[in-house]
Amino acid sequence: MAANGGNEAPKVNGRAYPIEDHTYDVIVVGAGGSGLRAVVGCSEAGLKTACITKVFPTRSHTVAAQGGIAAALGNMGEDDWRWHMYDTVKGADWLGDQDAIEYLCRNAPAAVYELEHWGLPFSRREDNGRIYQRPFGGMTTHYGKGTAQRTCAAADRTGHAMLHTLYGAALKHNAEFFIEYFAIDLIVDDEGRCRGVVALKLDDGTIHRFRGHMTIMATGGYGRAYYSCTGAHTQTGDGNAMVLRAGLPLQDMEFVQFHPTGIYGAGCLITEGSRGEGGYLTNSEGERFMERYAPSAKDLASRDVVSRAMTIEIREGRGVGAKHDHIYLHLDHLDPKVLAERLPGISESARIFAGVDVTREPIPVIPTVHYNMGGIATNYHGEALTKRGGNDDAIIPGLMALGEAGCVSVHGANRLGSNSLIDLVVFGRAAAQRCAELIQPNDKHADLPKDSADRALSRLDRFRNANGSTPTAELRERMQRVMQTNCAVFRTGEVLEEGSKRIHEVLAGVPDIKVSDRSLIWNTDLVETLEFDNLIVQAVVTMDAAVNRKESRGAHAREDYPERDDKNWMKHSLAWLDPVSGKVTIDYRPVHTYTLTNDVSYIEPKARVY
Amino acid sequence: MVEFTLPKNSRVTEGKTWPLPKKAAGSKGTREYRIYRFDPDSGANPRMDTYTVDLDDCGPMVLDALIWIKNKIDPSLTFRRSCREGVCGSCAMNIDGGNTLACTKDMAEIAGPVKVYPLPHQPVVKDLVPDLTNFYAQHASIQPYLQTTSPTPEKEWKQSHDDRAKLDGLYECILCACCSTACPSYWWNSDRFLGPAALLQAFRWINDSRDEATGERLDNLEDPFRLYRCHTIMNCAQTCPKHLNPAKAIAEIKKKLVERQV
Repeated sequence: MAANGGNEAPKVNGRAYPIEDHTYDVIVVGAGGSGLRAVVGCSEAGLKTACITKVFPTRSHTVAAQGGIAAALGNMGEDDWRWHMYDTVKGADWLGDQDAIEYLCRNAPAAVYELEHWGLPFSRREDNGRIYQRPFGGMTTHYGKGTAQRTCAAADRTGHAMLHTLYGAALKHNAEFFIEYFAIDLIVDDEGRCRGVVALKLDDGTIHRFRGHMTIMATGGYGRAYYSCTGAHTQTGDGNAMVLRAGLPLQDMEFVQFHPTGIYGAGCLITEGSRGEGGYLTNSEGERFMERYAPSAKDLASRDVVSRAMTIEIREGRGVGAKHDHIYLHLDHLDPKVLAERLPGISESARIFAGVDVTREPIPVIPTVHYNMGGIATNYHGEALTKRGGNDDAIIPGLMALGEAGCVSVHGANRLGSNSLIDLVVFGRAAAQRCAELIQPNDKHADLPKDSADRALSRLDRFRNANGSTPTAELRERMQRVMQTNCAVFRTGEVLEEGSKRIHEVLAGVPDIKVSDRSLIWNTDLVETLEFDNLIVQAVVTMDAAVNRKESRGAHAREDYPERDDKNWMKHSLAWLDPVSGKVTIDYRPVHTYTLTNDVSYIEPKARVY
Repeated sequence: MVEFTLPKNSRVTEGKTWPLPKKAAGSKGTREYRIYRFDPDSGANPRMDTYTVDLDDCGPMVLDALIWIKNKIDPSLTFRRSCREGVCGSCAMNIDGGNTLACTKDMAEIAGPVKVYPLPHQPVVKDLVPDLTNFYAQHASIQPYLQTTSPTPEKEWKQSHDDRAKLDGLYECILCACCSTACPSYWWNSDRFLGPAALLQAFRWINDSRDEATGERLDNLEDPFRLYRCHTIMNCAQTCPKHLNPAKAIAEIKKKLVERQV
């Protein structure tokens, strides 16, 4: 029975789409680490939960995480969640919300034990059978004094092991999956409450309207806005774009993390764990140059620091290779046994994608787009936030966001390696607990607005029949080239201004897009076009937020404003996009400069040196 | 002797030969691709389309070529892909006569025109996209999660380094379905035989020192079809793009079933 009285679909362009209706307590969009963790938690709480995903769950990009998951278990030596918190605050260059960071770090060990209890095949210590933990960039003990071994690992396939474990846990709880459904748009009512989502079922082209008390965006990042990234082809930030289109802001979008070690050419990830296990970077002179840039942490400095150092080395003519445009990562001095046991996955990736035997030769690497710190602003319960009527933390009712789609913000201006996997499960669990507090199983659903599917259907219809002159692939490549050239590791006002002009030109080209495949069954031409349409709006707000932020902080390095400016810029930026004019509006939210409890005090900003 | 022929609507016809768009400068030449196409909307028989790929404008892997074709020649070409680095298992297909991942298959390893078909013996939804519903249901049926009855410890279950090593070669499976769809026994009996991928995962949990449901897991497999339709043909081990050996895992399950009898 349709929620708005009858199965008749709104007629769009004179054509009707039949709609199938579904009603759930909670709707989770995305089946990566955070989505699955939320699904398991909501199912445990007795809430009727649907998980909508455009790929089969174990194909989500969490599967590609390698190095590990950070938690102060103390299995390898002394550790304390407060030290983890300090490292995260410093890694975030003081743009992280410290209440959320406290929540993350103090709940991290329990979240790791939980995954272990569900079967995650962590690597083990030789002597006592406890979980093996490795060093990772920016992870220290005693507030920056020693090197921590905090990153729990399953060889270098931790994300794969974790995603498969979470999928198993979801199966155990009989979670209801809608697999290979592509979410088109949110349903938002007149009061601004999110009421669900409209999705396209790929294998038959039918439209499905999901109504729920809570809709959780666990849709991941948007690395594919760039030409070269470590992320999957499916990493198109669909949830972020849905939120933008609903007239809501995205937060801190100027902060894009470049991973120091993407394979030169292919862009595939080589885990930071390779440096955690003793690997190091060299330039064309064979010099271990990180010693100059980060005398104490060296190759295990934070990712933004290492990526900048590599970029400077290349720029100053000390890059390796025929074009002197990349850097070498050495693992050839490590014991082949260690490589085989702890880094088997990247050894294979290096062989396949760089033709390199890691036991003998260095891997050619280059800083590559890897992670979006920005996304949908949330509190530490996962509830989505906006700024409204003088309230900096106004909750958007009915909407949550998790993982890379969310911006809690625990990663601030720069995420530490192995903090993303822990983010997924800690806040996935928190969101489920919040849902259990807010929703009683089978709470009555109000009727949906009459036009609930109109926005989504007109969007679908517009692209399905798009008959302009620019193929999607061409426009997408233009966007990716602009982002790669004008919004890179180092930024200047001039280059960003030019980038803004050029990316708005790409956006203006969307009405002229051409979709060739007119079918409804598994129409990937249409899906890629919807994904491109999602990417371009995120690219635009990323560029304009980068133009706007006139300081250097974490991953946002402005050569014309080389210093961090806490007085004027220790604040989150919020960016709205006007769907008609394409104009970006920016406002700010204060950073939470307080902690959750008295167990730890606020960590005051200071110079960030590794 | 009986003669088998494909049903009329399954016979693959000769499709379209697509011209090469403007050739990019360079010296790498071109490569011919022969790709299986099936359009469910038209009701027409499947066909083989021929494309010419410009190697000066395209990466080295078969997936690079498929994406290049989709971007530059024919946007309607349909296939699954995601991670492009061999961990998500989306782009499993039959390439040059063998099941593998398009993203890690270097086209330089292939002689002659590159022939690409969907994974064999599964219903085809469109072009290179098979329907894997049954495959996924079989994986779910082996209960791929830790089962214990002892009280859960406050911290982690301890597992010795050696016990953890027993999971190597098992847990790395990416559920791409290359093995199961390469198995003749699975082709004939996929309604009842679980197939190599699901059985590899069944053994992954049987062999996990932390799991306490080994007996029930073995009970569930002790069946002439679910397990014993494996006739050690070994196509699974030969085709696995992650170099795993499902046949060995199946043999280990059979051994465990014998061991508990004696």
